[in-house]
Order: sequence, then structure tokens, then C-alpha cells
Amino acid sequence: MITRRKLLMLLPAAALAWEYVLAGTPESAPGYNRNQHWWGMLLDIDKCIGCGSCVRACANENDVPEGYFRTWVERYHVSDWRQEVPQVDSPNGGKNGFPPSEAQGGKNFFVPKMCNHCVDSPCTQVCPVGATFHTPDSVVLVDDTYCLGCRYCIQACPYGCRFLHPIRRTAQKCTLCYHRITRGLTTACCENCPTGARQLADLKNPNDPIHEFLKTHSVQVLKPHLATGAKAFYHDLDGSVR
Amino acid sequence: MQVSKFKDAGHLVRLAIAFAVVFLVFLLIRAHFIPKSFGQYGHYRGDALAELSSKPVSYAGHQACEDCHGNVVSMKTGGKHTGVNCEACHGTLAKHVDNPALVTPQLPDTALLCPSCHEANIAKPKNFPQVMSARHSGGAVCKSCHQPHSPLLQPGGEQS
Amino acid sequence: MMVPVDGFMYPNEVELAWSVLIVVYPYVTGLVAGAFILASLERIFHVTAVKPTYRLALLTALAFLLVAPMPLQLHLGHPERALEMYLTPNRGSAMAMFGFVYVWYLMAVLLLEIWLDFRREIVLLSQSTTGWKRLFYRALTLGSSNISEGALRVDDKVGWVITLIGIPSAFLLHGYVGFIFGSVKANPWWSTPLMPVVFIFSAMVSGIALVMLVYMAMMKIRRQPIDMPCLDTIARYLFYTFTIDFSLEMLDLIHRMYEADESFQSLDFMVHTRLWTSQVLIQIILGTAVPLALLALTQVARLGTAWRRLLYGVAGTLTLIGIFAMRWNVVIGGQLFSKSFLGYTSYKMAFATREGLLPSVGLMILPFFILWGLVKLLPPWTSVSDRTLEGQHGGAS
Repeated sequence: MITRRKLLMLLPAAALAWEYVLAGTPESAPGYNRNQHWWGMLLDIDKCIGCGSCVRACANENDVPEGYFRTWVERYHVSDWRQEVPQVDSPNGGKNGFPPSEAQGGKNFFVPKMCNHCVDSPCTQVCPVGATFHTPDSVVLVDDTYCLGCRYCIQACPYGCRFLHPIRRTAQKCTLCYHRITRGLTTACCENCPTGARQLADLKNPNDPIHEFLKTHSVQVLKPHLATGAKAFYHDLDGSVR
Repeated sequence: MQVSKFKDAGHLVRLAIAFAVVFLVFLLIRAHFIPKSFGQYGHYRGDALAELSSKPVSYAGHQACEDCHGNVVSMKTGGKHTGVNCEACHGTLAKHVDNPALVTPQLPDTALLCPSCHEANIAKPKNFPQVMSARHSGGAVCKSCHQPHSPLLQPGGEQS
Repeated sequence: MMVPVDGFMYPNEVELAWSVLIVVYPYVTGLVAGAFILASLERIFHVTAVKPTYRLALLTALAFLLVAPMPLQLHLGHPERALEMYLTPNRGSAMAMFGFVYVWYLMAVLLLEIWLDFRREIVLLSQSTTGWKRLFYRALTLGSSNISEGALRVDDKVGWVITLIGIPSAFLLHGYVGFIFGSVKANPWWSTPLMPVVFIFSAMVSGIALVMLVYMAMMKIRRQPIDMPCLDTIARYLFYTFTIDFSLEMLDLIHRMYEADESFQSLDFMVHTRLWTSQVLIQIILGTAVPLALLALTQVARLGTAWRRLLYGVAGTLTLIGIFAMRWNVVIGGQLFSKSFLGYTSYKMAFATREGLLPSVGLMILPFFILWGLVKLLPPWTSVSDRTLEGQHGGAS
């Protein structure tokens, strides 16, 4: 029988166990209930410095093959007179940062890109076999042992975030570091972003700062006209961003 | 008349039986090959969720570092790099957390590391501290003036 | 990632995901649908003139339908998992549903119709041949040797129903392929409700042209006279269908140019540069305008038999090239521009690897070998006159 005394003794032990669980290479965190989370990401353009830490971190955490990207950073140069046609570059996805700009004047900024984990994702709609899917906690994942490699999902993604793994020959993309967020960690890109430009958001968690942020800041998603239900929310995204 | 009509359609009955057999075989193949956990949560293999959740992590997360390296935490607190997590500069450290004595991380080279964020670029936010590293220090490596865990220098040049 | 990029592309877009194999596949299924429609002209619409090509059209359709899944299998990253499309199909996916449309068309339409139409010959051959051929024909009879008047009448009635169902099935077969592209909202080069319709009509054009050419070639090989009324009728239907197809494609083009939405400048530039040869020169001019003009000429001018045969041959060949170019322009063209509308990549077609030119050429030649085999096993010629006497197929005797 659990007495109050026993409970008081158990709690610090449990807390210690939890600390251990969160550190190093933890076991699957106990008590992660998929139905209690609804994941998204907040990307603050004002804070992104184009260092590429996120791209490198993602590649390290997820064994992303060279030349392919689960996340990448784009640099925009919007000239004063042609707002709608920006000059964009993303050398090696921004993985090694950016060389000095050749551009002069105008408006310049960085835009991190990733899978938007769309609620109405066109990619899961077209998968012929159910190898890519939308989880109960609203992350879009790929079942690597089930994917045929037909690449229909790659064609259907409006954001260019998918690729065919050259060796595994299956479709791959950002998993929102599902193996980390289900253990109470944040994603590799957010962990390594030095300025807080990337922040994981749990829309079902009432205490998550995203709720306050969404109420007090102007926020955009990419290609809203395609009604994908994108959950990568950008703060201060310029209208010229593609 | 009815009998002869049926007789003349005998081959169609055989055909229908052949189709039925093929369909039955198809159903049997389905029953055997469809993964057991398919459809558990949606139109996908339910086991995939557990498989994808249990991959090993490479970055331990700053919480794990702070448990042991309290001195660094106090140096960082209130400084300009408070929000910069340990592994952003020190790389993947999950293996080190698992086995601190056996796995010793290499110290990053500040001459290469610091410019990756602080090299001046027109696209960086204006208020972000950035310098042209070629002209900034006259060849001196960043660490010779800046303490990486709390890098801001006072106007006189001392560490803050 | 050594592909040169003009302008900006999302990093993962630079390499094309769908190769020339995915150009071959809609081309082949289109030929199937078109050949079948030609066959059904006689069976359902009583265009008796084309009866000499009825069986040939069916066998051609079958030969190409058997090859159709092969480029897909070669293309898949994991061809051993292909069965999953039938085990756990995603009902919302056009590609998955197409798997069933394909099986339906193969089993319930084409094979059934061929079997019913050839059953008399199959039974006779099962009795007259020896060795493995005898076994083969005996298996095909399904154990029934009833080829009495009554049985053949039943076959004819059922065959008529199958053909009737077969027409929308043929439309569905290739319309679905068009829908696989047309429903991708991420890609403005593909995303249009016209896509399935354009695919269907270009399929009919290519299928009719194919049967026409195969018929001409076969008659030449067998040193038999070409049935000119038959050929003229086929050419006439080719002309009508092509006119509709051309109109649809022009409608799409004009609509794009007029509305000029956000993708237009990027697509326009792509057509003027990377797709100039394949789209304007090959597809539009050489593959559509010239054959249409030649066919129109045969319709309005009174030309001799030899001239007509020459023009049909040239027009048919150019048509087949043009429709292939159309598939190329849709599939490859749709991947050459960036979804950011800011850049372009190039398609570096491999040669001898799995997704290269060599297997693609092989896959387009293979159906002719299969057709040769089918014609040997199920000769299309033997009973045309017999059948006419017996009043089959809507009683043109």
C-alpha cells in the first residue's frame, strides 16, 4: 500500500531517475502520451544569423547524407525596386554558414526551412502504401521499412523538404527529432541554435510560450494558399519568401 | 431451353470459378503479409511509432551537461552566451554523458568556431554582434581576449 | 550533386526524383488505352470498316499492358515491397488506386475480351496442336470445349458487355495516370483539371497511331494487301482525336498565358530555354502540327493509295514521337523548375543504369516482341472472314 511516507521517499528517487532518463542516452521516457502533444516549430526570422548550426546539428543527429537536407537555411536579398523577385542562395544548404554577400543594399535576411509537419499534408495524402503518415501528436514521419521509394511524396511536397536517401532508397525528411521530443528533449536544431531563432512548440501544452507568442506577434506560414495546415510558424517572414 | 442455355455458358462458370480462386488467394496473401500493427493508429504500421521513438540520440541536451559542469553554468549565467547551449560549440556529447571518463570531447578551435556565428554578413540582424575577423584582432585568436562562456568584454578590455 | 543550377532551387529539388522511366510508363499505358478504344470503335460503335484491326488492336493493347508495370518496378527504391500497394493501399492516393484500376483493366477487361473473342480458335488449337502448345491451349480453354453456335453467341453477348465496360475502364486507366500528375497542387506545371483529359486524348491519339502503323507493318510482312477503307477510317479517327487533343493542349497553354499566375514567368522561361527543343520543336511542331497537316491533307485532297499510305506512315510515326515528347515534357519538365519559381536544374539522364536510357529503350521495344509472340499464339487473321460469315460483332456480314 502506498502511504504518504513512502510517497515522500519515492518522489526524490523518482526525480533522480527522471534526471537520469533525460541525460545521456535515455531509455524511452515513461509516460509520454502521444495524445497530449501537438508539435510545431517557431522560426524567428529576426533572430536567425545564418550560422548553419541547425543544419550541421540535424545532419549529426540524424545521419543525413551529404548533399541532402532535412533542414537548410536560405539567404534572401530583396532589392528596393523588385520586392517580388528576391535573390536567394543556400550554399550547401547553409551547412557551413554563408560567404560574404555580394549584394549591396536592399533588405537581407536568413530563412531556415524544414518540414512543416502539415496537418493536411499533401505528402501523406499521396503515399500509396501508408509509409508516410501523420502521428497522433501531429508529426509527419516516414516508416523506413515500409517505404517503396516511389517518390510520389517528394513530388507532392510544396516545400521541397523531402529527398530520396541515396543508399537506403527510401524517402527521408525532418522527423522533428521524434526520438528526442518523445523523451522530453528538444530537437537537435533547436538545441544547437545559438540565438533561439528555432524553438520547438507544443500547441497542446497550455504552458508552452508559443501560445503567448502567437497572440502577441505577427506570424506567417509558407505557401498559405496551398492550405497544407503547415505548423512551422515564421515570425516576421517577408512577403518575398518562397 | 434453360438447360441448354446454361450448358452454353459453362465456360463462363469455369471462368468465374477461376476468378474466385484468384481472389481467394489474394485474400490469403493479404492476411499473411499485412503487418500486424498496421492500422493501429491510422493508415500505417503502428510499430513504426515505437521504432522511430527509440532511436539513439547524439546530442545529450544542455540539461545533462549542466548537471556536472556547474562552474560553466555560473560563468554563463547572465552573460551573452547564456542561451547558447553547450553542444552548439562542443558538438555531440551523448557518448560523453554516458561515459564521462572514457569519452573526452575535443575543445573546439575558436579561430574557426567563433566566426561561424560572428563573421559579419549583411543578412545578419543589425543588432547581432558581428565583426570582420580578418581585421578584428590583428591575427590574435578569439580566445586570447574573449572567454567563450561569457564573451563580452568591458570597455577597458577586461572580461565582464 | 554536380548538377548545375540556374538561379535558386530548394537544395533537395536539384536532383530529379522521377526519371525517363516515368516518361515511358504513361506512354505505354496510353498506347494501351488508345489501342483499346480503336478496337471498341468496331465493337460498340459499329464502325465496321476497322474490323480487320480489331483483334490486332486487342493483342497490341495486351502486349503493352504487360510491359506497363516494368518501368515502375525498375524505378522503385524497393521493388520487393511493390506488393504493399495491393496489401495496404492508401485510398486517398491516386497511385495506389491506379494499381487496382490496372488489375481490373488487365483481368476483367482485356484478358477477358481477348479470351472470349479467341475462344473458338483456342479450343480448335487445343485439339489440333501437340506438345507444350497443346498444354498451353488446353489450359486456356479452362477445360471447356464448347464452341457451339449457342456458346459463341453467349461469348459475343458477354464480349459486347465487356467492351462496353472496357471503354470507361480504358479512360479510367489512362485518366488516372493523368490524375496522378494533375492532382499535385505543389507543382503548377502538373496541377490542372485538364491533365487527365489531355492524357486520355493523347493516349487515344498514340494508341490509334500505333495500331495503324502495326497493321501496315504486319500486312507488309505477311505480304497481304492493306484494307484501304480500314486504314482510311483509322486515319480519319486519328485526325479527329488529334484535333481534340491539340485543342485541349492549346487551351491549357492559352489559359496559362492569359492568367499569368505566380508560376507563369518561371514556366514560360523554362519552355523558352530548357524545354524549347522537346516542347516547341518536337511536340508541337514536328509531333502535332505536321501530322495534323498531313492527315488534314489526306482528308481534303483526293490522293492515290500509295500517297495516302505514305502520309499515314509519316504522320503516324511523327505522332508517336510527338506523344512521347508530350509525356517527357510533362514529367521531366515538371521537375526542371524550382517550386520557389526562382531557378532551374537539368536532367542528367543516365545511360546503362537502372533508370537510364538503355532500359527505357529496351522497355519500349519489348512489347513488340511480346506482340510477335501473341500473334503467333493467337493469330488475329484466321477467322475474320469466318466471323463475318457467322455474323459476329454486331452482324456485319
